[in-house]
Amino acid sequence: MSPPVVIVGASLGGLRSAEALRRCGYAGPITVFGDEPHAPYNRPPLSKDVLGGEVTHAAVAFPQRAATSDVEWRLGTRIRSADLEQRSIRTTDGEEVRYRALVVATGLRPKRLSPRTATLAGAFALRTLDDAAALRNALHPGVQVVIAGSGFVGCEVAATARQLGCEVTVVGSAELPMLGPLGSALAEDVMRRHVERGVRFRMGTHVAEALGQEAVEGVRLADGSEVACQVLVEAIGSLHNTEWLDGNDVNAAQGLRTDSAMRVLRADGSSWRDVFAVGDVARFPNAIYGDEPASIEHWNIPTETAKRASRILALQLAEDPRLDAAIAERFAPVPSFWSDQYDMSLLAYGLPALADRVELLAGKAGGDCVYGYFVGDRMVGVCGIGMRSEVLKHRDEVSRYGHVPIGEPAR
Amino acid sequence: MLKVEVDRTQCQNFGQCVVEAPNVFRLNSRDEMEYTPDVEDAELDNVEAAVDVCPMQAISLALGR
Repeated sequence: MSPPVVIVGASLGGLRSAEALRRCGYAGPITVFGDEPHAPYNRPPLSKDVLGGEVTHAAVAFPQRAATSDVEWRLGTRIRSADLEQRSIRTTDGEEVRYRALVVATGLRPKRLSPRTATLAGAFALRTLDDAAALRNALHPGVQVVIAGSGFVGCEVAATARQLGCEVTVVGSAELPMLGPLGSALAEDVMRRHVERGVRFRMGTHVAEALGQEAVEGVRLADGSEVACQVLVEAIGSLHNTEWLDGNDVNAAQGLRTDSAMRVLRADGSSWRDVFAVGDVARFPNAIYGDEPASIEHWNIPTETAKRASRILALQLAEDPRLDAAIAERFAPVPSFWSDQYDMSLLAYGLPALADRVELLAGKAGGDCVYGYFVGDRMVGVCGIGMRSEVLKHRDEVSRYGHVPIGEPAR
Repeated sequence: MLKVEVDRTQCQNFGQCVVEAPNVFRLNSRDEMEYTPDVEDAELDNVEAAVDVCPMQAISLALGR
């Protein structure tokens, strides 16, 4: 029997890769390695309703489909290294596993303020179910919480913690929370909604260090001022989990570079035929934004990239003559993100962060509204509070092929 | 036939399902999602795609009779 297709990463990207391989007709063995002990689950609720309620695996688990019932799940098993020439990977226990094809779906991990806060009591990052469970246990009414970072995760955790009765201060380096992805008009509105509910903001600065020896007692900001807290949430961005591929001929700077078929690239720009990357870890060219590979850390991208990779891989394993045509097809997944904070439910298509001009398209600033984001006269993003049909109306317009430079990775 | 179910306690009318399976899901004039629970097998791929992209993971699909 030939070795399995090995998928490293048992979250959304890994799950969708396995499902799509089956849907595309690959019937051979599939083994999925995940370093967490949990079967695949949905992460976005971990900063929203699940964090505010009961943090259980059942609340966020993805349903298992019949088509993937024969997939071997090696959960709680971390991969230490890979040898792409030899087509093998090695677990931290030293077990060597050979593969027929490899799908890299190892995603991201949160950046930490310092090695010290990673082990300091009262300091939290939020990525996994276990992270969320630990944080939930600390969010009691009256507890002082400082959130380092004012992006999606920071703002969502702020809203949830406030609703749990915590005293919340958000520290962000930009002028306004979520300024990059939303632009100033919506970002001001987001901040206003938080302030009305009693969240404090310290913007234009950052947390320089955590105070406290045994446990967090506060933070010192870059301007020298101090804020007391018992809980510190570090929501300052993330790092790509690619270290286990070190020593191989890949380009892993700011995400693992791939071609538009999601095949991992060598340093010389040629593609590994049997190594794919999907999800947050991948840095891939999107035909909407030209040829420059980018890492788009939005929730719909793991699903889209997994389906793309698995289709190509299944055709290749079947030696199907349609493979070349499939590789040549344009790959242009439309980024989409949403955020729930209090009663505000926000939905966007495209990459508003690219825009140099923002325009109110419908509704009223401060209430339900839709904004368009433009580079010149080209709409690159649309974002609305409520007004779903109006947002949806512009989806096609923001997803036309073109060469809007993608710049810095979104989110 | 396929049997589509939506957990209304989860659905936030994001409309991602409408993009993937417009014959099954739609937004009405009040921006509320409406759907057809019993759909032809030919819609399987589209409905599965809708299940996949739903941000609230509110859609489920049963393969009927």
